[in-house]
Amino acid sequence: MAELRRSPNGPADGSADKPGGLGRRRFLGYLVAAPTLAVAVSWAAEATDPQRAYASVPTLPQPEELFDLGDLQNLAAAPTSGLISVQVNTDGTASFAVPRAEVGQGMTTAIAMMVAEEMDLPLEKVSVTLADARPELMMNQLTGGSNSMRSMYVPVRTAAAIARQRLVETAAAQWGVAASGLSTRNGVVTGPGGRTASYGSLTTAAASRQTTAVSATLKSPSTFTILGKPQNRIDAHDIVTGRKKFGMDLQVPNAKPTMVARPPTINGTVVSVNNAAAVRAMPGITDVVAITHGVAVRGDTFGQCIDAIQALDVTWGPGTVDRESDDTVKAKLRAAQVPMTVPPLLSKTIDAEFTFAFASNSPLEPDNAIADVRPDRAEIWASLKVPIVAQEQIAARLGLPVSAVKVHVVEGGGSFGRHLFHDVAAEAAEISQKMGKPVKLSWSRTDNFRQGRTHPMSISRVRVNYALGNVLSYEQRHTSVQTDFGHGLGEMITATAAHLPVGGNLSFAETIFELTQSSPYNFGVTTQVLNEVPLKFNTGSMRNIYSPNVVCAQELVVDQLAAKMGKDPVRFRREFLRDQRLLAVLNKAAEAGNWGKPMPAGTAQGIGLHSEYRGAVAVLAEIDCRPQTVNRPIRGEGVTGPRVTRALVVVDAGFAINPRGLEAQMIGGVQDAIALVLTSSLHVRNGIPLEGSWDNYFYTRQWNSPLDLRVIIMPNTSDTPSGAGELAVAPAVAAIACAYARATGAMPTSFPINHGTLGFEPLPLEPSTPQSPTDGLDHTF
Amino acid sequence: MPSHTFKLNGKQVTVEAENNVRLLWVLRDLLGVTGPKYGCALDVCKACTSHINGKAFNPCSVQVSDIKPTDEITTIEGLPATVGKDLHPMQEAWLDYDVAQCGYCQPGQIMAAVAKVKQARAAGHEVSDADVDELRNICRCGTYTRIREAIKAGARKM
Ligand code: FES
Ligand code: FES
Repeated sequence: MAELRRSPNGPADGSADKPGGLGRRRFLGYLVAAPTLAVAVSWAAEATDPQRAYASVPTLPQPEELFDLGDLQNLAAAPTSGLISVQVNTDGTASFAVPRAEVGQGMTTAIAMMVAEEMDLPLEKVSVTLADARPELMMNQLTGGSNSMRSMYVPVRTAAAIARQRLVETAAAQWGVAASGLSTRNGVVTGPGGRTASYGSLTTAAASRQTTAVSATLKSPSTFTILGKPQNRIDAHDIVTGRKKFGMDLQVPNAKPTMVARPPTINGTVVSVNNAAAVRAMPGITDVVAITHGVAVRGDTFGQCIDAIQALDVTWGPGTVDRESDDTVKAKLRAAQVPMTVPPLLSKTIDAEFTFAFASNSPLEPDNAIADVRPDRAEIWASLKVPIVAQEQIAARLGLPVSAVKVHVVEGGGSFGRHLFHDVAAEAAEISQKMGKPVKLSWSRTDNFRQGRTHPMSISRVRVNYALGNVLSYEQRHTSVQTDFGHGLGEMITATAAHLPVGGNLSFAETIFELTQSSPYNFGVTTQVLNEVPLKFNTGSMRNIYSPNVVCAQELVVDQLAAKMGKDPVRFRREFLRDQRLLAVLNKAAEAGNWGKPMPAGTAQGIGLHSEYRGAVAVLAEIDCRPQTVNRPIRGEGVTGPRVTRALVVVDAGFAINPRGLEAQMIGGVQDAIALVLTSSLHVRNGIPLEGSWDNYFYTRQWNSPLDLRVIIMPNTSDTPSGAGELAVAPAVAAIACAYARATGAMPTSFPINHGTLGFEPLPLEPSTPQSPTDGLDHTF
Repeated sequence: MPSHTFKLNGKQVTVEAENNVRLLWVLRDLLGVTGPKYGCALDVCKACTSHINGKAFNPCSVQVSDIKPTDEITTIEGLPATVGKDLHPMQEAWLDYDVAQCGYCQPGQIMAAVAKVKQARAAGHEVSDADVDELRNICRCGTYTRIREAIKAGARKM
């Protein structure tokens, strides 16, 4: 059943103490010929298992077994032969290059913890870097769907365990004793009589002359000293001192600041540049060239690029959605809705429809990329989650062989879905080729909101039939502007499609939907269907893809059902839930969050549940919708509105690798949810969003964030981690929406709730990037 | 090209730049000081927050010609030196509370926090939730909860 795919009730991953559990199995890896000890493992967890290592495609789970988007990514990764490796250096440190992007989710910290744990090495002696694009890793090099931790957990630990084993064997041989009598701690091997050797002193001798297959067992979770224990981020010190280098901070010789004047509608084109020579003569400006969707300017400083954009006189051609506005898009979505299959019965019926506005997935760091394109080769630096696809497509556009394009993955200032695409890297390459010079391209903040990728508008219709205390049918029709999955996830699914348990001729998007959505309730006949309308907006998935919208609609209707049946929302859910792990987090949230406590009129609690990526989360939110709160004054421009005063997240993440990092992801998810329900959206008018700054696109600010936000991590229910990065968004959106409905007595049907009124004066469409203010010294504090 | 001189992180610097170039670009693009981040150049996101003569300001919205030779500019890189240590207590609190996610907003958050605590003290009280609510710095990763805790802890050691 669908819900079992999401959140297995039992220890389906195998427990360490049972035969077949991770603890007893031996895993395969390779000693690689190198000057110092280097151990490689195949990327896919399945391939490290000797029983399955030689099958080209691992045994496929059946539909009724565990399978979700993360599994799909693991599966697509399995047949490839690319190896990832741990190296032990002569200074006693271990290095590991991760073929994944770090964009704030704490992945590098978790990987370092895995290496440190299995090697018995202090965490600070493990260095983790981001790997360049490696075509041989194929789709393994994709960071998305909260999948990194899950797919790396076994391979990374295997490599580290083999490294430790080899160091021990080397010491044993040098000392002429049995390896079984040696122990390791803190990067040191200790033998009989207390003699010791550091890993650094052993690594040259431990190096292999040829590549040899070896196997090792992994530690039992009961002996973990690092994994499962809270750890701070390994890059925290660099961050707080300003030393962490983001893409924008890299210095590549002669890669001067570059920006683009953009058309007044999405994907507009250039008809003519009317004053290029005059702009080229402006102070600091070196180049002006027309590109596909704008006019690029390169100069000594980004400030001078902004000056040039003010001065450019361009005649623009039409874009791809010039006639579209919120209303026209909504009408198209309505017209495309797939009908319900169950008619209103003699029983009672709830019919509800919810609209979710366009939203921006822009991180705080504006999109940027460095490109140095020469006639015969190119080098790109960008934060990319799918660097291989970027490499291939950029090479094709530049007319270069793939091997002549080097793509470096750099640290990104947040992603939330944006870095799945390489639009900006490709644009930087186009500009560098046309100018014949290296460029450091940055989109402006306004570009990011107006021309960047969006999470598209969607409408979710729900029909429920119920009678005599039972729910007979639950149908949900989610209709969305098409989400672009053309970033690698698409190719991955094509390659894997034949093996998927969903069957039929589903599109990429429908497959993603099927793999991430399911109702956790016993609601009789249940159908959830996605239909997409192809419109030429620049779309992409946003943190948690469809779930925040789908689950919000679902949980609001569940509250309605509970009310119609005269039941308390928590009691109702307890009675209808099929998923035991969700039931456990629900019960914990209700108890720890003091569900049902008396609250003043205009304030209320709300509960939301969701399981995905094999994790289960309950969120209990409290909201204050009283006029004195809604209208509280804020200095300067800013949106207030209802305030979420308290939020409690209860999470069962299977095995919590780093509880501290997991808590951080849950906190971030709640702040996203506050924005999505209450304050942040794009208003599309005549082919472009009106939002142009963070004071327009109103992501949660400190004054809208709850003073009381608590995260409870349930005891581990598995040996393997679930996804974490996106888990909290959907249930938190649902909880806040339900709390709002209960506080105001009216179920909201359009999100965010303030979308109907435009709370700002839009910035002009031209120039596309506004001039910076000059009165900063009047606002010091 | 006009030349401009001011004190940057304890050292007198001189830089050639057109008068209207905003200080953020002088710092980042000409002097290579990349702690202050570009998030909007509209005085909105506050990712570039630094200090001028000990007060928080946003260099994306100040022309370099408006900076006087005697002005002292402190960026995140120079913050520890203002207390003569390796780390300012606010940076230590940021580590203790493991605040950062992607980290892009954090230099600005820390600089704003230090100024907020001092501002509250100058007004005769310790930094309160109401003061923290006045901070406009965006954190798109949503680290606000830990920022709030870290500000209070950092203030106690300042
Ligand atoms: S970059 Fe200065 S306030 Fe945003
Ligand atoms: S930590 Fe990513 S924006 Fe704040």
